[in-house]
Amino acid sequence: MAMTAIWTGMVLLSILCGLATGRAPAVAAAAMEGAAAGVELCLSMAGVLCLWMGVVEVMKRSGLSEKLSRLLRPLLGRLYPSFARDREVMDALSANVSANLLGLGNAATPLGLEAARKMCRRSPGTASDDLCMLVVCNTASIQLLPTTVAAVRAGAGCARPFDILPAVWLASALSVTAGILAAKFFSKVWRR
Amino acid sequence: MALLLDMTAPVLIASVALYGMFRRVDVYGAMVQGAADGLGVLLRIVPSLIALLTAVYMLRASGALELAAGALAPVLEALGIPPETVGLLLVRPVSGSAALGVGADLITTYGPDSLVGRTAAVMLGSTETTFYTIAVYFGAAGIVKTRYAVPAALCADLTGFLAASWAVRLLFGA
Repeated sequence: MAMTAIWTGMVLLSILCGLATGRAPAVAAAAMEGAAAGVELCLSMAGVLCLWMGVVEVMKRSGLSEKLSRLLRPLLGRLYPSFARDREVMDALSANVSANLLGLGNAATPLGLEAARKMCRRSPGTASDDLCMLVVCNTASIQLLPTTVAAVRAGAGCARPFDILPAVWLASALSVTAGILAAKFFSKVWRR
Repeated sequence: MALLLDMTAPVLIASVALYGMFRRVDVYGAMVQGAADGLGVLLRIVPSLIALLTAVYMLRASGALELAAGALAPVLEALGIPPETVGLLLVRPVSGSAALGVGADLITTYGPDSLVGRTAAVMLGSTETTFYTIAVYFGAAGIVKTRYAVPAALCADLTGFLAASWAVRLLFGA
């Protein structure tokens, strides 16, 4: 429902603003252009996006993604101390993070939800510190290869769609760190 | 370094394919299967992109985005964020496909290698749809009291936006 309000609000605001600034005819033309641009954008990024989905599928079948999730386990034990000995939760958590790293949002969400459901068995109804950490880590993107963005850039005629990688890694690392620090800080001062 | 980054995609594809062969995976079959799944993803985002880009194009043509950017420009400039990205900042935490639409619009309008285009791309790559994620997770886990999850997640978002702007300036200059 939130999107209904936002979308209708955007349309109404543009009509009002267009009338006020005298650009109403441009707004009318833009509505048609925008709809066409939606299809064109998808077509322009389709090839690159499908290519990476293929590469990731090979990673999954060859066991590379499982290797990645095993590498992550010790780190996650520190982030979620009260579940470090819970194998089921740790398995779901490490699979969630490795799916996020590979940019598999669709696979990461069900894995993360499984971890969340198992975590909240101990404190039903209220978000525990670990659950807050899980949610914060999932709202901060930690993608190694931002394939969708690269596909958009390639579609816009960019010769080096991946030249933003160092910048993306730097920004992601900083935002995840900020999220983790904020969660750790709030867990000390927030009442239950 | 530049060559290394240019070769990221081909080298990664080749090494994944070689590792797959070594593990006796049907590499070609998996590639084709993954690409087919990719078409499914595209098919799912096309309808929302059509709806959202219609609204984004209308907003842009009406001058509302420029007004908002103009009003927020002093704050954003002081923080080092390009004011042109104001629309992206506003929709990013709420809707993934809307952010993709707004971001793609910035990238094509200003060019993928411009400061604004690069910043928009890095912002898209380094942040998530915060409110949607929180709603899904707490909904699935039956959580009523979300405690500090929202403020902590917004800290991460804000840092992401700032860091994206700074990282692009630092690594690409100007």
